[in-house]
Amino acid sequence: MRHIISMLVENESGALSRIAGLFSARGYNIESLTVAPTDEPSLSRMTLVTRGNDDIVEQIKKQLNKLIDVVKLQDLSEGEHIEREMMLIKLKAAGPDREELKRLTEIFRAKIIDVTEASYIVELTGASRKLDAFIEAVPEGLITEVVRSGPTGILRGAKGLTL
Amino acid sequence: MLGIIDISPVAGSVAASLISCLEATRSVPMEDACVQSNLADGPDSTQTAHAGLREPASSPLAPEAPLLSGAEITIQAMIDEGVDYVFGYPGGAVLHIYDALFQRGDAIKHVLVRHEQGATHAADGYARATGKCGVCLVTSGPGATNAVTGIATAHLDSIPMVVITGQVPTPVIGSDAFQEVDTVGITRPCVKHNFLVKRLEDLATTIRKAFYIAQSGRPGPVVVDIPKDVTDPNIKIPYVYPRDLSIRSYNPAKRGHLGQIRKAVEAMLDAKRPIFYTGGGAILDDAAAPLTELVRALGFPITSTLMGLGAYPMTDKQFVGMLGMHGTYEANMAMHETDCLIAIGARFDDRVTGKIEHFCPHAEIIHVDVDPSSISKNVKVQVPIVGPVGSVVTDMLGVLRESGGRPDQTALAAWWKQIDDWRGIDCMRYDRSSPMIKPQFAVETLYKVTDGDLYLTSDVGQHQMFAAQFYPFDKPRRWINSGGLGTMGFGLPAAMGVQLAYPDAQVACISGEASILMCIQEMATCKQYSLPIKVVLLNNGYMGMVRQWQEFFYESRYAHSYVDALPDFVALAQSFGHVGMRVEKPDQLEAAMREAFAMKDRFVFLDVIVDPSENVYPMICAGKGHHEMELPPTMSERELA
Repeated sequence: MRHIISMLVENESGALSRIAGLFSARGYNIESLTVAPTDEPSLSRMTLVTRGNDDIVEQIKKQLNKLIDVVKLQDLSEGEHIEREMMLIKLKAAGPDREELKRLTEIFRAKIIDVTEASYIVELTGASRKLDAFIEAVPEGLITEVVRSGPTGILRGAKGLTL
Repeated sequence: MLGIIDISPVAGSVAASLISCLEATRSVPMEDACVQSNLADGPDSTQTAHAGLREPASSPLAPEAPLLSGAEITIQAMIDEGVDYVFGYPGGAVLHIYDALFQRGDAIKHVLVRHEQGATHAADGYARATGKCGVCLVTSGPGATNAVTGIATAHLDSIPMVVITGQVPTPVIGSDAFQEVDTVGITRPCVKHNFLVKRLEDLATTIRKAFYIAQSGRPGPVVVDIPKDVTDPNIKIPYVYPRDLSIRSYNPAKRGHLGQIRKAVEAMLDAKRPIFYTGGGAILDDAAAPLTELVRALGFPITSTLMGLGAYPMTDKQFVGMLGMHGTYEANMAMHETDCLIAIGARFDDRVTGKIEHFCPHAEIIHVDVDPSSISKNVKVQVPIVGPVGSVVTDMLGVLRESGGRPDQTALAAWWKQIDDWRGIDCMRYDRSSPMIKPQFAVETLYKVTDGDLYLTSDVGQHQMFAAQFYPFDKPRRWINSGGLGTMGFGLPAAMGVQLAYPDAQVACISGEASILMCIQEMATCKQYSLPIKVVLLNNGYMGMVRQWQEFFYESRYAHSYVDALPDFVALAQSFGHVGMRVEKPDQLEAAMREAFAMKDRFVFLDVIVDPSENVYPMICAGKGHHEMELPPTMSERELA
């Protein structure tokens, strides 16, 4: 099962490689990993997507918690949460495809953020599945480049993952 | 002993190091080095390296705080930690630190080893025997990489250790400077935690953190990598040792959950066929006294892992022997039949469980461990208790007494009857009439000669198993071996650490002719510090355990397990300035051992020529369960063979 694990980690050198190294050393898989500083400069927020059965995910969480740099950890998949991923996608947009791609962008409530005679860059934000769906919907052969941020997420409601 | 600073071939020449560093500084501007390290480091590394500390390094300092350089801070911080021995080897990147050490005279005793691996094992042996933190000091590059085996050894057995490694100066980090390796990167998977100290202001706090992390919770090795410019003798700052420390992201459990402890005690009282299974955690947390009390109060059988031997007296009748691959038949059968397994400070290692699918099929499992990630890692447990073993066991005793409950005596009597029947199998029998010295006989003789009062370190292989089987330890911290990593070469340097900690105690290292050669150079260290260690070498000419597996599982194709060119160990020991002795006949062994141990102030190397064909029995072969043990051949089977 897919799990989104959200962490507050010390904004220290080496924290990222400790976490990435844990996954490779113990043979867990990382589907995606995003990391950026938070409003509190000493902390980074990391969102990690992994897959595994309940026992493996339980072990992953324990092992992550054991790392000295990991301050707090939450499995977003255990509760109601919001998940967002951003994609920048460069499309070949010439001739009749131009109109079709523009329509598609509107249907997905995406934005065209760069235009040349032969291309569009489209920005799309949403749950990962929505991004997948957009890629599927683009007619074959028109994708030049796909850049995805990997999902980030947050729990619904008043409670936050804070110190 | 601090007077001469050897520059090792490994460490290379200081001059070369300095020149190389200067050149590197010229060719790599500082900004470039920073950019590179940022890329490698991940999240914004411009932040202070110690954001986790509640008390910032810039807290108001006492006016009387002395001005110290980084090198002096390193030494002073160790003194403030109560360090008495540092095991190390100098080299370019740690020269400032060695100079500071020299100037402090005997405030800390430095032990000059002959290879950095020896330093780590010696510090490790010291830590295992005393319960204190072992400390090493090595240089950058090869100094650090040589230490890695010892760090990993300590990591797998959860031994508290602080390893200080020198690093090239910060401006040249990342430029492939002379004797530069990414020490923090190399050691990351085999430490509890590690630090690269980039700023002098962070040094004292980092060393304090390292000692705290190494010794608290589930202990382990911590590496502190210090670039040479951070130890510059000309740059001094006020020094205050941050005694009160808390790390927001690190809060090891202090007590077990009382509700869970009650549940565990209830399960013990309901059990018909209970057994205690204890591991290294019981020794690390000094839980021997409450554990012994609890086991005796309940009257249950107890088995132990290789790492836990001695936490409960092995000569006691409730002790049913070690469990696992070369454990006793009775211990393993009891594990298979138990209905209530009480696991204390043990981690369900594959050498202990055998095939997981067959592990304790009838048992409710209680598991006490300070590390939550040990619980339900390999085997799912019903009553998990996260907490320090000693405090949890003490709480269990309290709950048991409060409840006034007693285990079911009828069921317990039947259980003991069953265990005694298994004991009757005599699973560790061996041929006592052999004209050759049997390794088992050698260990039994060692026990007899030392009256069971010995610190015994071990290398890895058959001799290690024979020692664990045939030398019953009645006290904790007496049996010192590399259980998790299985590091050949561990025994001799570990014995140095033990002997330095307990100068008047009997310390022996049991080894094989293959293992001993992996750290043989430490005989020179033993000479320099007059360590009267006794090496008991079970010399069978083979890497015995490898040979045994090749006999069992590779149709006796002995691929490279026979050592064809062994040194004359007696002459070798003598050339290092020690006493060497050789024994080849069983009837000469006891007298020779007595003679060796009578030399109280000499290092004696006892080369015992043993039967090359002996195998370690009983054995659970790979992929088998506890109930599928191979027993040693009977007398008639031996005759047939």
